[in-house]
Amino acid sequence: MDDLLSEFLTETSESLSTLDVELVKLEQNPNDPDILSNIFRLVHTIKGTCGFLGLPRLEAVAHAGENVLGKIRDGELIVTPPAVTLVLESIDTIKYLLGELEQNEAEPDGNDADLIARLNHFADTGTIMGGDAAPAAAVEEAPADDAPEMTDDERLQAIFDATEVDPEVAEPEAPAAAPPAAAKSQEVAPAKPAKAAGPKAEAPRAEVKESSVAAQTIRVNVELLENLMTLVSELVLTRNQLLQMVRGKDDSEFTVPLQRLSHITTDLQEGVMKTRMQPIGNAWAKLPRIVRDLALEMNKKIDLQMIGADTELDRQVLELIKDPLTHMVRNSADHGLEDIPGRREVGKPETGTVTLNAYHEGGHIIIEISDDGRGLNLERIKAKAITNGLATESELESMGDQQIQQFIFKAGFSTAEKVTSVSGRGVGMDVVRTNIEKIGGTVELKSVEGRGSTFIIKIPLTLAIVSALIVESGGERFAIPQISVLELVRASNNSEHSIERIHDTPVLRLRNRLLPLVTLKKILGLDTTEEADDGVDEEAFIVVAQVGTYSFGIIVDRVFDTEEIVVKPVAPILRDLSLFSGNTILGDGSVIMILDPNGIANRTGEITVGDSQGVEGKAKADASDGETTSMLVFRAGGNEVRAVPLALVARLEEIDVENIEHSNGRPLVQYRGKLMPLVFIDGGYQMKTEGRQPTLVFQDRERTMGLVVDEIVDIVDDVLNVELTADQDGLVGSAVIDGKATDLIDAGYYLELAFSDWFGTEENGGEKKRVLLIDDSPFFRNLLTPMLSVAGFRVTALENAEQAMELKNRGEVFDAIISDIEMPGMNGFEFAEALQNDELWGETPIIALSSHTKDEDFERGRQVGFSDYVAKFDRDALVSTLIQTLSTI
Amino acid sequence: MSDNKALVPSHERGAALDLRGDTKDFVTAYIGKQLFGIPVLTVQDVLGPQRITRIPLAPPEVAGSLNLRGRIVTAIDVRKRLGLRDKEDEDPGMSIVVDQGGELYSLMVDQVGEVLSVPKKAFEQNPATLDARWREFSDGIFRLDKKLLVILDVTRLLDFNAAVKQAV
Repeated sequence: MDDLLSEFLTETSESLSTLDVELVKLEQNPNDPDILSNIFRLVHTIKGTCGFLGLPRLEAVAHAGENVLGKIRDGELIVTPPAVTLVLESIDTIKYLLGELEQNEAEPDGNDADLIARLNHFADTGTIMGGDAAPAAAVEEAPADDAPEMTDDERLQAIFDATEVDPEVAEPEAPAAAPPAAAKSQEVAPAKPAKAAGPKAEAPRAEVKESSVAAQTIRVNVELLENLMTLVSELVLTRNQLLQMVRGKDDSEFTVPLQRLSHITTDLQEGVMKTRMQPIGNAWAKLPRIVRDLALEMNKKIDLQMIGADTELDRQVLELIKDPLTHMVRNSADHGLEDIPGRREVGKPETGTVTLNAYHEGGHIIIEISDDGRGLNLERIKAKAITNGLATESELESMGDQQIQQFIFKAGFSTAEKVTSVSGRGVGMDVVRTNIEKIGGTVELKSVEGRGSTFIIKIPLTLAIVSALIVESGGERFAIPQISVLELVRASNNSEHSIERIHDTPVLRLRNRLLPLVTLKKILGLDTTEEADDGVDEEAFIVVAQVGTYSFGIIVDRVFDTEEIVVKPVAPILRDLSLFSGNTILGDGSVIMILDPNGIANRTGEITVGDSQGVEGKAKADASDGETTSMLVFRAGGNEVRAVPLALVARLEEIDVENIEHSNGRPLVQYRGKLMPLVFIDGGYQMKTEGRQPTLVFQDRERTMGLVVDEIVDIVDDVLNVELTADQDGLVGSAVIDGKATDLIDAGYYLELAFSDWFGTEENGGEKKRVLLIDDSPFFRNLLTPMLSVAGFRVTALENAEQAMELKNRGEVFDAIISDIEMPGMNGFEFAEALQNDELWGETPIIALSSHTKDEDFERGRQVGFSDYVAKFDRDALVSTLIQTLSTI
Repeated sequence: MSDNKALVPSHERGAALDLRGDTKDFVTAYIGKQLFGIPVLTVQDVLGPQRITRIPLAPPEVAGSLNLRGRIVTAIDVRKRLGLRDKEDEDPGMSIVVDQGGELYSLMVDQVGEVLSVPKKAFEQNPATLDARWREFSDGIFRLDKKLLVILDVTRLLDFNAAVKQAV
């Protein structure tokens, strides 16, 4: 039976038994307002619920009864035994209808015009109709009674008309899935009684059998269940202890009874667990209505299929996924599905389908939300990712479609959408993902443009019990949730995995990647010895953990087993310890803390920079949420930290000071069979006199250059947000990287420094060509400017075409202009058009720069006067085009 | 409570207790030589030595957590909380388990004594000269025959946030 209905039956049966008692009381104290209002409230509730569930016959009776009671309550009618009999009669009818409902899951045919007529008559006149008069009255009153039903019918019709449900499409879904079909049948039910209108009134049944649904279920306080759960957990632990004691003794007299105890305990545990389980259909109950309303509002035809509604999962989990699910279904219906003309255009059936499918899979529950709509628009996502500074064009180019689609889960993606009012997916998807990940779940996304999207949510069946890896560190045991453990690595000096150190920071080479390591003992403050590091190097167990996309290794002393643990929250006074997500009791009865890999990850960032801005660091990490650039942080000449985008650095080397040679007063080293010039951060930089000097190697095609630094501090993933543009040569500006103000060096400057000395006389004999670069993306400007400088151009970078026009008006002259096409305000085409007949800039070649590299774009570009068209991500092509263009002049 | 007689002379009891019902019941505990009282109704359990799991990074007053019949109880080192030095002998001590806002805490003391019923009229405010920390955690003093009973305010004893403010 449909859950909503059975819940209604249980509840109403309870109300009705109360009603009986109350009514008899009322007869004895006819004017007790408390009893009266209580009765009124109960009947009113029944009526309201009937209306909600679409049970018109029941509703009509309850309505008439309520009417009478309302008048009695307001003092317009007086309580008399016949009046009470009448009301009781209506309640008996309600009971009879409920009984029928319970058996057939639908209201019986027929109506209660007679009873309603008498109730209405009493309400209007205050007199009870005689038994004989009843049929006549029924006929007389019939139109009046029918009226509300008629309007109901009309309303229903109106809804049907409005929704324009295509019967052919709607038809096959009804038998398709059993549980949703039950819900459907109710929606159909209201039509029946209306058809059967007529004086075929059924006499109220004198004896109504006890509601069997009501007898089958009882309401139990959730707290009671939780307590039971705790007790059972404790029982399981005790059982385990006993089993451990008996194990090893072959012929103990306890063996057999213990085995029985063990079985019963397991059954009991499962039973109690089941009381917490609820069908996922409960979380779906609201969805048909939401989808229906949306369909009306958006002028779409939507068929919501719900499969596997009886799949059960923990009540707590159910509560937590309810909102994300609703959100995602709404998204699918709203943004995913096209409207009717849209669907017709692409040759799809007018009715779009949103399918919910839930099923169990290996301790998890999988929920799929799919639609056959337009799918995700990759171009739009790309464009938005760039506007939001989440990625650069070149980064996007190297990404697969799948990766690009993931952007819809980024924070802030939705906000930007609203601002630009571009419709598309992703409203609040970051919140959805966060909520699902909070309960240890994952969201996957598959989308084919034009064919639809599917979201696959994987969540654990229950939050109460998780699988955890038990480790030991500093003499204490800790649990790490298995879900965040990727693998275990045993490192020792003799094996292929050995712990290496950068400065004092341990790292591990793992499959061609450098894995940052944290020592659990250290971050937990359990490290009592000062020199404990040496011990770690020899042999260590490393738990490779993953938080989001960040993976790191946790060095522990020992690794035990995995164990199923019951997560319990920590005491309030320990809540601010971010390293723990809870605590639990192990099979041997000891308490153990559960480590939170998230907390550790946040903490490691803190440790590597050697700062104590934990809270800020965390907030920062939250805010950026992955939209980051990898920065190499180093020190050179002084204490301040400097950074350079990691992508620009070809290699990190340590150069022995003894190997440094000098030529023409310039330091250089032999490096990979060539001479590599070394440059310093500034003129006053002092190199070490002996030992090894860390060096950042920059490479540009055949040329390499080494920037000598004091110390490589760290590699940090952070939002590259240049906050202060420095006037000083060699600095792009300052940015806050990992909570610290950091000077961002201009790699181009140093490259130029090295090469102008080296190749200067050969290549730059004359005046450098002046190039004007117009691009609204600061990322792109930062990227291109040093590159073009190195290539021997003098670059002026501007944010928009308007600024360029200003420069033109001031009489500046350039040898070439590189312009982006898509820019706020005046776009590239308009800009080029404006220049076409200009005296000053009319002859200047303009190279267009865009991600749109379709043929028609080229064509349009040529028409408005672009001399060439370069794809934005093709840097080498840009330089060669530039050189070519300039040489032809 | 049979212990009451030992404390309160019978004639006095008749007047002070029965007529006005004016006594208070405390579970008593020793830390060093000082007698402390904890209102009997807040006490859930009295425990002997327990296996305690240390909690790294927790405030120093938190000794760890332990398993009490399937519930996790946070152990508080009352000595540290009161600013006393660590115990010198090897005696493992005892614990009084109290319920605070639905959470259980185990207050570690040297020795748990009996349950005392003390007349309200033996009550005194904290002396103004009492150590600030003690004044914070004490609800007042009861004059017993030979000793003074310091009443611990469990709520404030377990309110670590307030303690931080006080320390600053």
